[in-house]
Amino acid sequence: MKRKRASRIPVGAPTLTRDDFKSDQDVRWCPKCGDYSILAQTQRILPELGIPRENVVFISGIGCSSRFPYYMNTYGFHTIHGRAPTIASGVKMANPDLSVWVITGDGDALSIGGNHFIHLMRRNFDINVLLFNNRVYGLTKGQYSPTSERGQKMYQSTALGSLDTPFNPISLALASGATFVARSVDIHSDHLRPMLKAAFEHKGTSFIEIYQNCHIFNDDTFELYREKEHKTDHTVLLEHGEPLVFGAEHDKGIRLNGFQPEVVDLTDSEHTIDDLIIHDQHAEDTTLANFLAGMSDTPDMPHPMGIFRSVQHPCYENLMTNQIRTATERMGEGDLNALLHDGETWTVS
Amino acid sequence: MRKPVEQIEEATILFAGDSGDGSQTIGTQMTETTALIGNDVATLPDYPAEIRAPAGSTAGISGFQLHFSSEQIHTPGDLCDVLVAMNPAALKVQLNKLKPNGILIVNVDNFARRNLRLAGYESNPLEDDTLTKYQVFKIELTQLTRKALETTDLTTSEIDRCKNFFALGMILWLYNRPMEYTMKWIKAKYAKRPQYIEPNILALRAGNAYCDMTEQFAVSYDVKPATFEPGTYRNIEGNMATVLGLVAASHQSGLPLVYGSYPITPASDILHGLAQYRNFGVVTMQMEDEIAAVGVAIGAAFSGALGVTGSSGPGLALKSEAINLAMIAELPIVVCNIQRAGPSTGMPTKTEQSDLLQMFYGRNGESPVPIIASSRPYDCFETVYEACRIAVKYRTPVIFLSDLYIGMGAEPWKIPELSKLPEIKPNFTTSAGPSDEFEPYLRDPETLARPWAKPGTPGLEHRIGGLEKSDVTGHVSYDPDNHEKMVEIRAEKVARIANDIPPTEVFGAQEGDILLLGWGGTFGALRTTTENYVAEGLPIGHVHLRHLNPFPNDLADILKRFKKILIPELNSGQLLQLIRATYLIDAIGLNKVQGQPFHVFELHAKIDEILKEIKHF
Repeated sequence: MKRKRASRIPVGAPTLTRDDFKSDQDVRWCPKCGDYSILAQTQRILPELGIPRENVVFISGIGCSSRFPYYMNTYGFHTIHGRAPTIASGVKMANPDLSVWVITGDGDALSIGGNHFIHLMRRNFDINVLLFNNRVYGLTKGQYSPTSERGQKMYQSTALGSLDTPFNPISLALASGATFVARSVDIHSDHLRPMLKAAFEHKGTSFIEIYQNCHIFNDDTFELYREKEHKTDHTVLLEHGEPLVFGAEHDKGIRLNGFQPEVVDLTDSEHTIDDLIIHDQHAEDTTLANFLAGMSDTPDMPHPMGIFRSVQHPCYENLMTNQIRTATERMGEGDLNALLHDGETWTVS
Repeated sequence: MRKPVEQIEEATILFAGDSGDGSQTIGTQMTETTALIGNDVATLPDYPAEIRAPAGSTAGISGFQLHFSSEQIHTPGDLCDVLVAMNPAALKVQLNKLKPNGILIVNVDNFARRNLRLAGYESNPLEDDTLTKYQVFKIELTQLTRKALETTDLTTSEIDRCKNFFALGMILWLYNRPMEYTMKWIKAKYAKRPQYIEPNILALRAGNAYCDMTEQFAVSYDVKPATFEPGTYRNIEGNMATVLGLVAASHQSGLPLVYGSYPITPASDILHGLAQYRNFGVVTMQMEDEIAAVGVAIGAAFSGALGVTGSSGPGLALKSEAINLAMIAELPIVVCNIQRAGPSTGMPTKTEQSDLLQMFYGRNGESPVPIIASSRPYDCFETVYEACRIAVKYRTPVIFLSDLYIGMGAEPWKIPELSKLPEIKPNFTTSAGPSDEFEPYLRDPETLARPWAKPGTPGLEHRIGGLEKSDVTGHVSYDPDNHEKMVEIRAEKVARIANDIPPTEVFGAQEGDILLLGWGGTFGALRTTTENYVAEGLPIGHVHLRHLNPFPNDLADILKRFKKILIPELNSGQLLQLIRATYLIDAIGLNKVQGQPFHVFELHAKIDEILKEIKHF
């Protein structure tokens, strides 16, 4: 929760603005791409985090989203396909004071980098992962991705539709032991910004799935959850300690029927707000979070937006630092000359 | 009465048994003792990939060969003077390594019909004429150990596990070596299970006393200490020398060491070794795969640490894309490749040096990466240290090549003085410089190295990546001329390392008939061979390359001074191709791809053939 003082901006230093985080490079995403909004919200929240710009590192893999670091006036590393989590782990381990952000996409994180993604989640480095999910490969021009819907939809690489069951990124992160799991939408800036901040404040790996529209190859895949006229009926905001209520008139809710979340009508005389699931993002047990995650796989259910899970577990870099400290206390600070002479030696004169 | 002791110059012993028989343990103990009393020693463990293959089968035979001498030696020896065979399978697998009239010690208790059948013997070799040309000592090792330990509280199966120390006791007697070092080791090893200390010591003593008492053993042998340069020595395995070299480079440079790895034979011992040194600030991360392992090294380097990863050939195949990223991002990492027999999974517990061309060319695009190779177990220290020096100075990934033979082999090592280790200066950039705009690809005019600006440094925020970058600014660039220029600069940067390495040492003849040109773990066989010819006054020289990319500047001139260039390699001719292509000379290859090191006699045969051709004989 609380960051080390060392990485905070000293009192009295000039306040940073959004412009301080814009690099001199022209942003080159397609017009109407959802990435613009995510970039803007990220640049807006960074000056509010109270960390010096030089302590911020953006690391990406390959894909449209992975161009992101070039547009940030921070340290940045545009790496190779799927491997950003591994490089970010090295960056964070070598300097735990840095604020490390991984920018990835559905193909980058869940296909070629799937193995690294799950292991990053379980190690719980204090790293923030933003997954731009547009359910399609954009940079390579429109192939189906591991989050593409199965069915009739045509992609470059499958004219008759994808045969693969899509991954649910939230479920995958939860199953991998992620300690902070959230979902937001590219253009819902008033929701996305607090999610980004919460991810930063969370000590441990923070994962945000961001529904992001690819205007060229998969336009409107998230129309129901993204557009003003639909979203109130098709999304439900997760707020800790609050019942799951949604709908334009706050007239619907989610209750648990056995093991199945279901929508109830609060205007009929049968259901009241007391029947609804009360969200508990801090529950150590992931059962509730998994129920909520599964809603987006269930037809006609609203998609939850917000923080599914936020729990405190030790961070890898701190555990490693503790091992180093403990070993040093026990054996003394490493003496190289003594190490080279360790074991049986003999002298020839 | 004391039995006579015969002075000899050198001896080679091979311990062989089931992989659970403890041959590696007693081999290591014999090595330690022998090194401590001042002989030069070289060892070669030879073990199967199976952890415990079916007992008594030839697939499960584990061997440990050690060669010791009162002279300087370079190899674990060709053929052995003594073979200790714990069962028929060991005899079957290893007998061809015993010299005629060599000493064969067998555990006769394991030569029942069932064991013979398992080993594939149709009749008992102890009873037919299989062993007529050897001095055979049939010892009831199991029974004798049981008798010696009958008063202990151990179960019979526990007692049987002590019989390797009975065998070691015999060998220590045979070569007049003290038992104290082994006893000390047993006490330390079983400190937490003290019930095993006394029985193992008892078995050791019993084996020793047995030789002293029985008439079977009439003479014992002594090998006087070798003459070493003054200094303090220890015995060291190649992989351990690599571990110490990395810790030393971290310590001397002030860069914290971050080692990413994934378990693989025969490189895992580097991970195990480094994991012990947390008190040196060493971070070891056992990652989910080989790619993640190199990824953390690259990330650590970007953060300003010494990023290192280690693996063997199959792992290197997986790491190649990431090494290319480090190459174009110009970040200092060291990649250790402890080679084993390929291709594919190949023979994981056997040695080979067949990854050289993979290291040169196994990446997409024009991707020059410095490559250096250690030549013998103790040389791993200096060579991996040099890899770190080059990586940091030139901001480049460096490939450090070792192999199973030297990684797992051991020999005495003169411990270096810290003050004599070369400097490794990180020279981090701390300010943007005159233009006020930090330029991450503005190069040092001499080395062509780019600045190393670590995150956390105010004013130097910059972006790097795998896309082609514009000269000086490092911005993404698709400009055709810029791309060609950057390809040339990256090649030139690596080429200039040749200006930063010492002159090549030519051993033996400085010019003449044949130059033996080698690299890596074949050093011992090549050097011993050369010594033999030089002793006969023949004009034969030996160059062993540490720097393989770039080659030393003086190599072209050296190659011209010999009539024939012979390149012996444990591959199908990889350095041979490079040398022929680079220097347009008609070099000759001598190639062995059996998962085994060269024997000196194999080199002699080839050299004699060439000498005949050039009409010396």
